[in-house]
Amino acid sequence: MGEVIDIAEGLFVAEPQPALLGGRHKATGRIVFPCPTGTGDYEPIRLPHRGTLWSWTVQRFRPKTPPYAGPEDFVPFALGYVELPGAVIVETPLTAVAFEDLKIGMEMETVLILFNEDAEGRKIRTFAFAPVGKD
Amino acid sequence: MADVFIVGIGIHPFGRTDALSGLQQGAYAVGKALRDAGLEWADMQFGFGGSESSGNADTIVNEMGLTGIPIINVRNGCATGGSSLIGTWQGIASGQYDLGVAFGFDKHPRGAFNAMPSEYSLPDWYGEVGMMVTTQFFAMKLQRYMAQYGISHEALGRVAQKAFDNAVHAPHAWRRSPVDLDTILTSTMISDPLTKYMFCSPAEGGVALILASEKKARELGRADIRIKAAVTRSRPAGSFEVFSPSLSIERGGAPTLLASAAAFDMAGIGPQDIDVAQLQDTESGAEIMHMAENGFCKDGEQEEWLAEGWSRIGGRLPVNTDGGCLACGEPIGASGLRQVYENVLQLRGAGGGRQVPGNPRTAYTHVYGAPGISGVTILER
Repeated sequence: MGEVIDIAEGLFVAEPQPALLGGRHKATGRIVFPCPTGTGDYEPIRLPHRGTLWSWTVQRFRPKTPPYAGPEDFVPFALGYVELPGAVIVETPLTAVAFEDLKIGMEMETVLILFNEDAEGRKIRTFAFAPVGKD
Repeated sequence: MADVFIVGIGIHPFGRTDALSGLQQGAYAVGKALRDAGLEWADMQFGFGGSESSGNADTIVNEMGLTGIPIINVRNGCATGGSSLIGTWQGIASGQYDLGVAFGFDKHPRGAFNAMPSEYSLPDWYGEVGMMVTTQFFAMKLQRYMAQYGISHEALGRVAQKAFDNAVHAPHAWRRSPVDLDTILTSTMISDPLTKYMFCSPAEGGVALILASEKKARELGRADIRIKAAVTRSRPAGSFEVFSPSLSIERGGAPTLLASAAAFDMAGIGPQDIDVAQLQDTESGAEIMHMAENGFCKDGEQEEWLAEGWSRIGGRLPVNTDGGCLACGEPIGASGLRQVYENVLQLRGAGGGRQVPGNPRTAYTHVYGAPGISGVTILER
């Protein structure tokens, strides 16, 4: 297994368990994802590891490149919004679940997946959500 | 404000016209609208026009004539047509002008609209992982709505079936052949729960409307169809819009709710008073959700509406009488004005095979688009 790089800095942490990094608006307390940079209005916050599926769909055709940077050999993938209790609803790829098993309200947890390789052969790691108890 | 009338309408058929640029299709529509009103380009005192991807609208003077009039370019996403209409309306209602033209045109490449994260102030990873696709948003808004309010997959199919049935009688529509319900339901799945026939396609076309003061409209013998309301609204806090990496857990309203309420308030009438409506149907589910967001039914009642055919021509409120975006395609700059064009035809009783029976007197249009904008018009005869 070669070198692994994250798809972006400051998006998630792996330990002690995978979690997304959101931003809390210092004045209002409102939480967003990802954490906005540059203004200083937001402070990074570790988002809950688990949540419930808020909505979902399946991407059945290969999105246009750019911006899509997934494998040339396209495999349809599920994506959705997961509500992280008391924090925020995040848009995310969904993994380790059959399309016919997707159901609004199901319990999901944050996982980290290897998404593709870059031009130098490094594996690109990104976040996703999987049904609780699977990864 | 003073009353303003629509005295001329013109359209270049929607779809694909390889020989003409988007601007030329806009000029064609302006020419048709002028002839419809019995006027010439030299009679126009000003105009508002727009396109999303076919260049500056004011260059239409190269096609129409160098008369020196002011033309203001509008680039307001899916509300481009509505905003052009508002500008023209206000120019006349204020008393500054007597005659003006609102026009829109576009010519998009084939396939789904392609967006880049940087154009929307989003990080690159959002597009790299495959979430920068508009169809996903429509599918996910709909998926949740269907679960919350008990809308069936078959209801989605009925919306598309109605669109193609209506478009058979609309010469300006793109897809004018009926498609049976089973074919719609079992066609290629694009983004669950939406199949190929349930999505509109980017397209080409142009539309123009000539607006006049009451004095001028009377001179022309066209003081019959007046603008009762024309509004646009941007999104409120907590609305669910395309390209949102996160949503607030405190869910809020929608731009359509704001635009609709403002338009009814301006017109002094309510949803129960509308005789025909053109609602944004980017996909089948959008028409269903917009029926409720615009106040024409309660959430969940659409299932019965569609099963009973109440939104068909001859039903209690005909919706998208020319087949809407599903059958006409969506040239963004022209789409909202197409809805108004169709309503003027319906109010004139000139709808041919798709004419709404019962002598309709009030007509409603609604557009919705990225990044959370809605436009509504109400016309009255």
